[in-house]
Amino acid sequence: MTRSPGREQVSRVLQQHGAPMVLAALVIIGSLAFDSFATAGNAASVLVSSSFTAVIAIGMTFVIISGGIDLSVGSLFVFGGVLAAYGSQYGLFVALALPLAACGLVGLLQGLLIARTGMAPFIVTLAGLLGVRGLMLAISGEGATTYLVEDSAFARLGQGGLLGLTWPVYITALLAVAAMVLLQRTAFGQNVYAVGGNEQGAALMGVPVARTKVYVYLMSGLLAGLAGVLNAARLSSGVTILGIGLELDVIAAVVIGGTLLTGGAGGITGTIAGVLLLGVIQSLINQVGNLTSAFQQVVSGLFLALVVVAQRLLGRAQRLG
Amino acid sequence: MAEAVAPPGRRVLAWAQEYGVYAAVGVLLLFNVLFTPHFLDVANFRTQLVQVAPIVIVSLGMALVIGTQGIDLSVGSVMALAAALVALYLGYGAWPALLVALAGGAVAGTAGGALVAYVGVQPIVATLALLVGVRGLANVLVPQLVEFRNPDLIALGSSSLSGVPVIVVIAAVLTLLMAFVVRRTTFGRQVVAIGGNRAASELSGLPVRRVLLLVYVISGVLAALAGVLATARLQASDPTSLGLFIELSAITAVVVGGTPLSGGRIRVLSTVMGALLMQLLSATLIKHNLPQSWTQIVQAVIILAAVYATRERGTR
Repeated sequence: MTRSPGREQVSRVLQQHGAPMVLAALVIIGSLAFDSFATAGNAASVLVSSSFTAVIAIGMTFVIISGGIDLSVGSLFVFGGVLAAYGSQYGLFVALALPLAACGLVGLLQGLLIARTGMAPFIVTLAGLLGVRGLMLAISGEGATTYLVEDSAFARLGQGGLLGLTWPVYITALLAVAAMVLLQRTAFGQNVYAVGGNEQGAALMGVPVARTKVYVYLMSGLLAGLAGVLNAARLSSGVTILGIGLELDVIAAVVIGGTLLTGGAGGITGTIAGVLLLGVIQSLINQVGNLTSAFQQVVSGLFLALVVVAQRLLGRAQRLG
Repeated sequence: MAEAVAPPGRRVLAWAQEYGVYAAVGVLLLFNVLFTPHFLDVANFRTQLVQVAPIVIVSLGMALVIGTQGIDLSVGSVMALAAALVALYLGYGAWPALLVALAGGAVAGTAGGALVAYVGVQPIVATLALLVGVRGLANVLVPQLVEFRNPDLIALGSSSLSGVPVIVVIAAVLTLLMAFVVRRTTFGRQVVAIGGNRAASELSGLPVRRVLLLVYVISGVLAALAGVLATARLQASDPTSLGLFIELSAITAVVVGGTPLSGGRIRVLSTVMGALLMQLLSATLIKHNLPQSWTQIVQAVIILAAVYATRERGTR
């Protein structure tokens, strides 16, 4: 079947910019409907609460574009947070280095297993989800120990800020820009797209498929750990019951942002829009007041279904199916 | 297959792929008989089986879905929806409530199946949308835990047939039924054919979309049934936490049982063995005073080992 170039273009624009457009529409509707929505305070609270998910989602975007999936991020998030809080008693450097080293190592191991043995990413990272949470429970007395952050420099990392926004928001913005450059302007980024688009073709063209995959999971592990570190700094403690089901929120945000789970297409802008979209939906539901947070899940689920149906209907069907 | 001339290493691997899960269950049973006090008590056996029954029921549907190269992440949320529907309709009696709950599972399965079969959405995304949305719906319908005293429902959860808990009987009957469906019916052969090669199945005229839809409907109904049974056993409806992470347990049972995630092959009895293995493992660790964290770490290792052993078959 052939399609007119006009329609092709429309579908491509919607694919890439659909999430930012819906986000803009929701923000406008929210501002008109609720006086308390379009305030600096509300915007700041959406940004702050979205920033931790966004950091993880940046890594997940790379993984999904490469054709994989990472279910371990929720566990790495809580593992990183607990290690950071534990490490903070030895100073800022340990509070940062210990969790990043541990989470990076887990990401590296998962990447090696996926890239070198051909095991499904879903299974390897499912084992990661279980194993890392188990490790976290083991080192925290079955989750009973909550490490409090003593180091004030580390706590400032999560609580201090500028112009009403805390540091994690700025760090997230920096990471997003860096990830955009990495994905769009470097050979590594092109390799990620190539591996996700057509792995065999990429291998024939000399793309280092295995190495690219290892880096992608390493990155995802590091970023999930970093999100945990920042959150521990914000809460001044390593809370052991966080991050359950977080991987699904993150995957949903990435998919809503227009990244295809089949790999090979997507981008950071969409992912950030997807994360913010879920944050704005939550905020709008809070504005209505008498709706429970369960309602947010219904809306998120419907939204995800709508987006993936739209993705299929907007011309992608031809290319993939 | 050229197994006759395969080197010994390969033969061991092939044997492990085929019977590894049975051997692992056997070893764990032997260990418990020798080293765990009161392991052979009837009460202990019953507890273990009652606990594993809902997972087995969910895993049967999951095995069918994975056989088509799909996956169903929504099963835990469908269990919660079923629990919510039971709480809402129990006023009309236990059986009407059961039927409404199963119908709810069928509707959720139809939604997921239609997205997969007719819209062409990837199974993992379609059922992820359901996982998020349906759990929310269950929580909206029934915001907090509801206890109840309906005698029929309580009987469903706690009565026994000549010593065997009804829940276990239901799980066993469904297992045999599913094994029969997969091995001996046209539908079963179609499921396996579609998972093995969808394009070829379409070309040879199989009703691919209808079979795919039906597979998700079956998974939804089985999950709903598991939700009702779990609710009946707890004597309370708890949509917030019922079935949380059961999709991971079910996928684990299927995969450890040797059904490849790449589809085209379904091992029903081994799936049940996979569920039993995980249950037995956590029971063993708990009985020997090892903490919960160890269970999860050991589970992770077993999943990786099982998939590593079956990966060649899986990618073929």
